[in-house]
Amino acid sequence: MTSETEKIISNGVNIFVVIPAYNEEKRIRQVLDDLSLLPYKVVVVDDASNDRTAEIVAQYSKVSLLRHKINRDQGAALQTGNQYALAKGADIIVHFDGDGQFLSQEIKDVLAPIVDDDYDIVFGSRFLSKQSDIPSFKKNIIFPLARLVNRIFLGIKTSDPQSGFRAMTRETALRIQIEQDGKAHCSEIMAKAFEYKLRIKEVPITVIYHEFGQGMGHGFKILKDILFSKISK
Amino acid sequence: MMYLQILVTIFIVFILLKLFLQKQKNKISLLSFLVWFMLWLAVLIVFWLPDMTSYLAAWLGIGRGADLVVYISILVIFYMIFKIFVRLNKIEEGITKVVRDDAIKNVKEE
Repeated sequence: MTSETEKIISNGVNIFVVIPAYNEEKRIRQVLDDLSLLPYKVVVVDDASNDRTAEIVAQYSKVSLLRHKINRDQGAALQTGNQYALAKGADIIVHFDGDGQFLSQEIKDVLAPIVDDDYDIVFGSRFLSKQSDIPSFKKNIIFPLARLVNRIFLGIKTSDPQSGFRAMTRETALRIQIEQDGKAHCSEIMAKAFEYKLRIKEVPITVIYHEFGQGMGHGFKILKDILFSKISK
Repeated sequence: MMYLQILVTIFIVFILLKLFLQKQKNKISLLSFLVWFMLWLAVLIVFWLPDMTSYLAAWLGIGRGADLVVYISILVIFYMIFKIFVRLNKIEEGITKVVRDDAIKNVKEE
């Protein structure tokens, strides 16, 4: 982060980190501990978890906790967080994960293009220089396929087809309404960013892979959601 | 055939009656009332005058009347599935909105 970025943050630019959380009792504590050291406002959207996620988040007095009464999935949770952050006067909104796959010290890297260079939206990418330990099946088969789908159907030309680590300005969050409640929100946000001709930047980030995650089945569900949304709208 | 025709007629008259009642209670729009009314009327006509479908089929260039009925049925069913799908999406959207508004209203802040 440049000194200018630091200055703007300390100058009262309202930065909100929105974290959708569904059954993250094992990992959310670490994520919130890391974030508590940084000068951002943290919003957790508990998506009707069956475990103690909300209880753990509630112990952090500085974290705003929003609770979905019914599970509406990740895209819906992010839009809930966005609307709340906007209502609270957010200038920049960062989307972050509750399972510890992203590094909180890299939030500043995702913010920098917005603060320093007036970009509208910034996507974290696993494929630019920084080394994430991506499972080879994902790297060589799933992601190339996903990139192809993005390019053909949505006109998206980014290196990371499904990036969940992103930052956007207030104006961008107001324009991009996330209508895909499910995991297809990643593609949706990228598609809208390109459609609205926003100033888009990709920055390298690290992704830590846990043993679970989105497999091939999830990929097909995303594909189905994207195609259905094309028919029904 | 006679018994089947009578049975089907009773069945359709019963459905039409329900349809009229629903319209009277304003539970369905005029448009959907008309569409359903015509649909069931068509079914009734086809059962009493099965040859009619053959004329229609020949006119449309389809071999048999029974084929025409099947084609139209499939079209209608697909259309109805599509309508249900769109409707379901709308309901899902509504649920998300209600859940979201509730979450924002009952936020736990510092």
